[in-house]
Amino acid sequence: MSAIPLLSVDDLSVEFRTRDGVVRALEHVSFTVGRGETVGIVGESGSGKSVTALAILGILHPSARVTSGRAVFGGLDLLTAGEDRLREYRGRELSMIFQNPRTALNPIRPVGRQIEDVLLRHANLARARVRDRAIALLRQVQIADPLRAYHAYPFELSGGMCQRVMIALAVACSPALLIADEPTTGLDVTTQAAILELIGDLAQQSRMAMILITHDLALVGERCDRIVVMHAGHVVEIAPTAELFAAPRHPYTARLIASTPRPGVTLADLRPIPGMVPDLRGALPACRYRARCERALPACEEPPLPRLTLGAEHTVACRVPL
Amino acid sequence: MSRLLRHARHVIGENPVTLAAFGLLLVFVLLAIAGPALAPYDPLASDAAHKLEAPSRAHWFGTDQVGRDILSRVMTATRLDFAISLSAVALSFALGSLAGTCAGFFGGWTERIVSRIVDTIMAFPLFVLAMAIVAALGNTITNVVYATAIINLPFYARMARAETNVRREAGYVEAARLAGNGPARVVAFHIFPNCLPPMMVQVSLNMGWAILNAAGLSFIGLGVRPPIPEWGIMVADGAAFMVSGEWWVALFPGLALMLAVFCFNLLGDALRDIIDPRRRI
Amino acid sequence: MKPAPTAGVAPSVVVPAPGPPLVDVQELSKRFPVRGTQQALHAVDRVSFTIERGECIGLVGESGCGKSTLVRLLTRLLDPTEGRIAFEGRDIGAVPARRFAGTPERPRIQMVFQDPADSLNPRFSAFATIAEPLRRLGRVSDRQALGRRVAETADLVGLPRELLGRFPHQLSGGQQQRVGIARAIAVEPTLLVLDEPTSALDVSVQAVILHLLADLRRRLGMTYLFVSHDLNLVRLLSDRVLVMYLGRIVESGPVEEVFDRPRHPYTRALVSAVPVLDPGARRPRIRLRGEPRSPIDPSPTVCRFYGRCPDGFDRCEHRMPQLQPVGPDHLVACHLVDEERP
Repeated sequence: MSAIPLLSVDDLSVEFRTRDGVVRALEHVSFTVGRGETVGIVGESGSGKSVTALAILGILHPSARVTSGRAVFGGLDLLTAGEDRLREYRGRELSMIFQNPRTALNPIRPVGRQIEDVLLRHANLARARVRDRAIALLRQVQIADPLRAYHAYPFELSGGMCQRVMIALAVACSPALLIADEPTTGLDVTTQAAILELIGDLAQQSRMAMILITHDLALVGERCDRIVVMHAGHVVEIAPTAELFAAPRHPYTARLIASTPRPGVTLADLRPIPGMVPDLRGALPACRYRARCERALPACEEPPLPRLTLGAEHTVACRVPL
Repeated sequence: MSRLLRHARHVIGENPVTLAAFGLLLVFVLLAIAGPALAPYDPLASDAAHKLEAPSRAHWFGTDQVGRDILSRVMTATRLDFAISLSAVALSFALGSLAGTCAGFFGGWTERIVSRIVDTIMAFPLFVLAMAIVAALGNTITNVVYATAIINLPFYARMARAETNVRREAGYVEAARLAGNGPARVVAFHIFPNCLPPMMVQVSLNMGWAILNAAGLSFIGLGVRPPIPEWGIMVADGAAFMVSGEWWVALFPGLALMLAVFCFNLLGDALRDIIDPRRRI
Repeated sequence: MKPAPTAGVAPSVVVPAPGPPLVDVQELSKRFPVRGTQQALHAVDRVSFTIERGECIGLVGESGCGKSTLVRLLTRLLDPTEGRIAFEGRDIGAVPARRFAGTPERPRIQMVFQDPADSLNPRFSAFATIAEPLRRLGRVSDRQALGRRVAETADLVGLPRELLGRFPHQLSGGQQQRVGIARAIAVEPTLLVLDEPTSALDVSVQAVILHLLADLRRRLGMTYLFVSHDLNLVRLLSDRVLVMYLGRIVESGPVEEVFDRPRHPYTRALVSAVPVLDPGARRPRIRLRGEPRSPIDPSPTVCRFYGRCPDGFDRCEHRMPQLQPVGPDHLVACHLVDEERP
């Protein structure tokens, strides 16, 4: 694929200054997202997947600092663009949906108004048309009785409906890229499937690219074209979905797959990953998985962290890939 | 216990402001305990020849209208003011938080009764209510303590009730019931101790407020009577002399009041940090 | 009947003992009054099932189906509105919840909670948390004996003894959950309810905890009620499964049978919605229409799933389906099942 990627994250490093020291939350994170492509970022807690999304959108916590890297989106480096430029992009070209839909919606404004806010800010619609467009959006996200939902407050809606509203907010201006950070964690399985299908359909209709961030391997397996696996602030492997599951090359990826319960696998087969995610403060070896890895060599401690390219789109950050 | 002390030392030393406030508190405590002994003059001894003298080397804070040394009076008054506010706060904390916790946990009639009592108290301007209580019960220091305690009750009751409501559904409360605790033990050992940290800030602020309240009551002649030294009456006495230029009579007791309240306000956060185990590293 | 819980003893296999069921629930209902009206929210509606000694029963269903309420009724944190809960033959529903702590059954039924951070008292050290049920229910008052018991229990759950002095915020999620499990098993319960015990944990830690739970069940001969929204986990640990929807049990049976050949339309939709890792094993998703019905004063003659169900016909609106057998030990409450019979 030689097309220019829609989003190109290159060598992104982010650190947080906290009372207990500097937390190096992300280090040399690189990946791309092509137009219309769905990329999954998967990892456990502390892997840095959410921080990556917030860094791209420029909405990190004030104690965070981007210490290196670029995030080029449509020719613009988002990390160095001014806040004014970014505000033009957010909501229009680039949008995000969050984990807990209730807390992401303003509790004291009716839902319809919140959608209208986005439309008025970015879509250049005449005021008279905005209401109809908002209701049309609510219908598009498969909310039964969109007129009633338009007037409703978030607390009057169920979790699944709130999430649909958030999706409506995010796609109101047909963004080129949608970042979904754990959009269905906490929702029922049936609602989860419906929401993901909705997002997938919307993405397909408007050729919208998507980054799906989750800890659930099976989810990315079903919904994504390519998968980025993260561990302790590093990208450890990037591969097309089928290839990742058929033949994972990074020891962590293999372990992650092996410890995910799925039909056909008994409890005896389920093998946990030894050790714990390392503390991101203080000194760390070049490969942050080293302490938990049975294939580790002394060389794994030494920088730089390798990035091997195996196959057309398959990269691994490991000296001894499987 | 030693861990608690170690943690307390850490909290206090962490922040220069806290350290300063704590130092100030120690000074006040020292004065409260040993004030009368440390005072250079007898606080009740009047000396007509030396009345209304400005601060000098002999009398650091000057003398009042009957020749008493103001420094000695300010130092001695510390004990009384602290005693009043400490007992008032302790009383209202104990009763208020108990009532509030029970109201929050048991609901029903307990909550209704406690809420109505609290609402009644809060319907009055609190200082006026304190005045009324002291006037009705009799003009003694003990009644000042009771009055101060009563008007402070609502803050603790409400806070305790709110904190209890939040924690009532917590997992560890259910776990405590599974572990064989009856409702009384659940409230006493699981809910109430966890309500303490946020209430500690309130306790500290309250101490300052209670001192002000006692001073205010004696300012208008209720409670403490002259010649007993107390910051409030001293400010009241000295107020008249401000106009004629003898500023020191009211200033120094007023300063003492201000520093005491200030010190307690600053310590509120520190106290909460000491009590809350989550702040322990 | 079961081996003494000491570390280092080889786990023995526990076969479900014959005899009366450990738990026998009959027509259990719980209704919550809706404030300001005469209406009631039917959280659990005439639920009946049994749990045999030594087995692990899974309980699945979406949010609002009544699993949490059912679990709290069984563990006697809530009082039932109607119905009977028999534990080892004795009616434990008759004793009000606030007095249950004093009965001999209290230590026999314990629970592991979902969110370890929320279920541990932030002011109690790990030691104090584990010691509390021993003090209150285990009648262990001698300091030394208590210390020994706590240490043994910590060993059993794989919690390093050095961590016993720590407070919850000083422990990782996995460690916190181990403390929660230790607390629950310290008094050697017969029935252990696991309320989504790993949903707040990472996948790698989850695997460890699941292994631990399976191991403990073998060693201590406990019976499990495993509540989860994750069907894959339920399949791993459970022998049988109960599927709940809006306060009623809609399907029950051996776990493989129910998940491989679900007969109730809701179970079918649920199973089809679970994301599947292996692309070859994916099946088309069954879509459900609309939102669940209201649990407030639901009609006793209309099937709760009617309207959302992809199928559904006349009778579903006029008669509430009852659980009936469709296979060995496999029960389904659905009128469609009658239609399928020859």
